[in-house]
Amino acid sequence: MAVCVAVIAKENYPLYIRSTPTENELKFHYMVHTSLDVVDEKISAMGKALVDQRELYLGLLYPTEDYKVYGYVTNSKVKFVMVVDSSNTALRDNEIRSMFRKLHNSYTDVMCNPFYNPGDRIQSRFVCLGRAFDNMVTSMMIPVC
Amino acid sequence: MEAAAAAAAGGGCGSGPPPLLLSEGEQQCYSELFARCAGAAGGGPGPGPPEAARVAPGTVTAAAGPVADLFRASQLPAETLHQITELCGAKRVGYFGPTQFYIALKLIAAAQSGLPVRIESIKCELPLPRFMMSKNDGEIRFGNPAELHGTKVQIPYLTTEKNSFKRMDDEDKQQETQSPTMSPLASPPSSPPHYQRVPLSHGYSKLRSSAEQMHPAPYEARQPLVQPEGSSSGGPGTKPLRHQTSLIRSFSVERELQDNSSYLDEPWRITEEQREYYVNQFRSLQPDPSSFISGSVAKNFFTKSKLSIPELSYIWELSDADCDGALTLSEFCAAFHLIVARKNGYPLPEGLPPTLQPEYLQAAFPKPKWDCQLFDSYSESLPANQQPRDLNRMEKTSVKDTADLPVSTQDVTGDDKQALKSTVNEALPKDVSEDPATPKDSNSLKARPRSRSYSSTSIEEAMKRGEDPPTPPPRPQKTHSRASSLDLNKVFQPSVPATKSGLLPPPPALPPRPCPSQSEQVSEAELLPQLSRAPSQAAESSPSKKDVLYSQPPSKPIRRKFRPENQATENQEPSTVASGPASAATVKPHPTVQKQSSKQKKAIQTAIRKNKEANAVLARLNSELQQQLKEVHQERIALENQLEQLRPVTVL
Repeated sequence: MAVCVAVIAKENYPLYIRSTPTENELKFHYMVHTSLDVVDEKISAMGKALVDQRELYLGLLYPTEDYKVYGYVTNSKVKFVMVVDSSNTALRDNEIRSMFRKLHNSYTDVMCNPFYNPGDRIQSRFVCLGRAFDNMVTSMMIPVC
Repeated sequence: MEAAAAAAAGGGCGSGPPPLLLSEGEQQCYSELFARCAGAAGGGPGPGPPEAARVAPGTVTAAAGPVADLFRASQLPAETLHQITELCGAKRVGYFGPTQFYIALKLIAAAQSGLPVRIESIKCELPLPRFMMSKNDGEIRFGNPAELHGTKVQIPYLTTEKNSFKRMDDEDKQQETQSPTMSPLASPPSSPPHYQRVPLSHGYSKLRSSAEQMHPAPYEARQPLVQPEGSSSGGPGTKPLRHQTSLIRSFSVERELQDNSSYLDEPWRITEEQREYYVNQFRSLQPDPSSFISGSVAKNFFTKSKLSIPELSYIWELSDADCDGALTLSEFCAAFHLIVARKNGYPLPEGLPPTLQPEYLQAAFPKPKWDCQLFDSYSESLPANQQPRDLNRMEKTSVKDTADLPVSTQDVTGDDKQALKSTVNEALPKDVSEDPATPKDSNSLKARPRSRSYSSTSIEEAMKRGEDPPTPPPRPQKTHSRASSLDLNKVFQPSVPATKSGLLPPPPALPPRPCPSQSEQVSEAELLPQLSRAPSQAAESSPSKKDVLYSQPPSKPIRRKFRPENQATENQEPSTVASGPASAATVKPHPTVQKQSSKQKKAIQTAIRKNKEANAVLARLNSELQQQLKEVHQERIALENQLEQLRPVTVL
């Protein structure tokens, strides 16, 4: 279960970022921001090969004391960053992969909507776009009691 | 009371209808009615848009919705009601002020008494107008659908059109109909069909009267259509007609038409008429009913509904069940229905209602047989009526096609040629040259714009958006409106068999030659190769000969035979030429020969003129295509640049 999920555009600005509200959200924003460097580093390391051969799932970007940050990048250079709690040891790599896959699918569904302009924020306030995406992310986040 | 009436009359429009003299009973009754209509307008709790009561600021007016109900309840025919509204001045001022309302009521009373609808009628004492407002619940319930049918049709109509009339919910409707009748003269309810009929047609006439300022033309077009259809069963009968005529109108208005014929208990259920309407709209975007509408096309279409983008995107999310970025027919119907619902104030559901699920829709409404003829006529009427919209799409798609395929380039030139042809009356040489292309073009032309728009990609979207159609003004007079016109038919039929046969009409007519002299046989021999060469050549070396041939087939052999002789004699005087051949063919009378020579000369001149026109047209066409080509090149360069920019990212 993720603590924070972020979708970052190719130009490295956030399209969507959501954290569990109990924590200090700024901390998560900062973590995601710093993880972008790691993502870029990983991309460049594989970048010598063709884009097609690059693995989408980047794996563990970096661990901190409390959290682990995982990354995933799409072929259009849209990055997904997920922060999970380190105490959640039951979470295996495959599960993380499946979560990223779900994220990616929801993201493509958002893309399919012709009223969504690529580069817009994926918003879900009031009645608009991204509601399904948001719901899906909610299902992935730790339920806050 | 009379002072009030006079004051009301004075307070209303200036030089309007004559002052009204109302008896006490009438005054009481009318004011009560007016208050109800005005009150219902102001107090209705419908979720209408905020612009609800913006009728005529500062005056007390009755909204056209309840007024229309009232008038309909008077059970007068639609023409009468229309006349009444005209006479009372509501049409002129655009709203029902007290004056207009009272006059209208008086006129209704007059009409119900059998008097003609005239201003003079109201001067005399009349009984109170009768309004059929039944207290019987059953009848109300029965009457409600019909009334809903009519009034709901009309009310959102007015809302979109004038933004001045409050929308009323079902509850309000019922309230109104259940309100006690104002007079004890309420007649028993008439036959249901009549009741159904009147609301609809009256709804239309009301629309016409009150919104005439905005859209005179479509209403006029609809009015005569609706009136004769009044005799058929109310809803389904008029709806299809309305569909066809509503094509003329803007998107939002079209949608409002559809409205609530089924909004009885389930707002999410699509009725047959609505389904038909949606299907027609689908076909306008995509001729093949079993394939998809792409996202961009649907986006443009739904954007015209003037809903906000977030709402539209939410509707899309709901309706595009398989999230593929394209809409099938069922998905399209669901989306359309949701838009209609939203426009009418229904909040959007959290999830797709079960009645709007694609499987349900497909099961409930098996795809109707797509009548080709209907489609053709539809597509013809559609472009004629929606020329601006279609025009843009076709122009843009034609631009796209020039970028894509060489064949479509020819099609585009065919389009251009056909368009220009309509301005250049009967440019025959051009017809001949495009003969193989144009029959195919005219037939597939209707389908092609749709298929083009279907297959458009984002790049083409950018192209379409980026450039204004560079096509020339003659384009609006497009072939579609004339595709079935006589010109093309006339043009094609004589030329098609000609080209198909490979030999032109003259050769079969050659044998019955009066005097088969040697020179004539020589000319015949010359004639045949020339004729056989002609079809394969586009405005070529002997265009004039061809024109001569095509324009006057019957007399061709006779005239033709003289031509080589004329040419052989190198354009001598027509008379001398005539005399020359005349000597060779003594059978020919001189006047005939001279006439034919002069005819030839005229024919040559007309042919030359036509060729010049054709040349000018083709030159213009060429320049346009060159321009398009340049633009496409620029697009390509821009895209390549973008690609280059993207590429280095991988090599960090």
